[in-house]
Amino acid sequence: MSNISFKNIGISGMSAAVPKNTIDNYNYTEFFPKEDVKEIVDKIGIKERRFAPDGMCASDLCFAAAEQLINDLNIEKEEIDLLVFVSQTPDYRMPATSITLQHRLGLGKNVAAFDISLGCSAFVYGLSIVYGLMQTGGFRKALLLDGETRSRIYSPKDRKTAFLFGDGGVAAIIEQNEKFGECYFSLNSDGSLADLIKIDAGGYRTPSSIDTLTEKVVDDYGNIRTDEHGYMNGADVFNFVLKEIPKNFKSVLALSNNTNETIDFNIFHQANAYMNSYLAKKLKLDKTRVPSCIEQFGNTSSVSIPLTIVSQLQNQLQGSKKMMLCGFGVGMSWATAQIKFEDCFISDLVEI
Amino acid sequence: MESKYLEMINEVLEVEDRTITMEDVFRDFEEWDSLAHLSLIAEVDDTYNVVIEDNVFKQLKTLQELFDEIQKRINA
Repeated sequence: MSNISFKNIGISGMSAAVPKNTIDNYNYTEFFPKEDVKEIVDKIGIKERRFAPDGMCASDLCFAAAEQLINDLNIEKEEIDLLVFVSQTPDYRMPATSITLQHRLGLGKNVAAFDISLGCSAFVYGLSIVYGLMQTGGFRKALLLDGETRSRIYSPKDRKTAFLFGDGGVAAIIEQNEKFGECYFSLNSDGSLADLIKIDAGGYRTPSSIDTLTEKVVDDYGNIRTDEHGYMNGADVFNFVLKEIPKNFKSVLALSNNTNETIDFNIFHQANAYMNSYLAKKLKLDKTRVPSCIEQFGNTSSVSIPLTIVSQLQNQLQGSKKMMLCGFGVGMSWATAQIKFEDCFISDLVEI
Repeated sequence: MESKYLEMINEVLEVEDRTITMEDVFRDFEEWDSLAHLSLIAEVDDTYNVVIEDNVFKQLKTLQELFDEIQKRINA
């Protein structure tokens, strides 16, 4: 387990953008019997999701969120000299989306820009990388962008994944300031579990072909998808979460000399309501300190942690707040952080 | 031991109209679905502190077999 800590780096403001296009999960598809859909939706606790319309990318959502935040905080764009875009749904295979965003946002050529390809753990991973670079003292302000259009990855005819995923994009401004104090991260990986959540084809190992784009019945339940759709082995993902996440969460809590009582908010990746309430129960957390946005937005992959903060905590972050952030998923990859917010500014949610 | 186990299964699968036995094939229960599966994983973890990999779990058919697998892991 790699444990790292940084000093006097923190998030000074955050924003989020979601598509206006709202999906009522109870009426999402006519492919399955209505009673089955109701049962699934009730259990996973996802009532609505946002789907990006054709032509809208994760980067467009991040762009809207970033413009809002830069305006709200009155930031001089020339002060931003680090831009990181976290996503597994980029605009192109090349170039990196972060570089197109540097230009779209009107940032200078002195900006260091690159993408990070990770899933549900990515916001916490991305934070740690940006914090590390900021610690060098060589950057003034960093813009961390995290966006996903996961709605496009999964087959609407595969009930294991059809009702879970939604789209969104977030922006965070990260700065150096003594008020932030120490923060702690734990970053982890287990590639032996790579096929628990995966898209088999469409990359360079199994390139796109007519065969990989052909729908197939993939199991005894009659679920249908192509090899270029994502799939998930829910039972083993759940096993993984039970095995690794409480342990990792507790280790960071101990590493940072905190207890459940000293933490103001615990933000978990929003996979489904069932998993989240199980984790809260297992870790004996006070439910009022475990905010959630799964009901409104579904599983937005790495966006879910910052989207929970922006959509649920806008008026609850005055003063000093101790946060636990915990992301886990595709890879398998998981990361936990204990960070401090100091009067963290949150923009109004942007809908485009 | 066994009665506590059957009580747990009864609760997780929300079986209300009959008495379940160790010989029952749990996948044949009308209450069985992928979500019941997750509930069972969570409850086995909570009650016995045991996590069974899906490829092993798939081989288990009766409640007795599941019980034996849990016991094996508790004693390991």
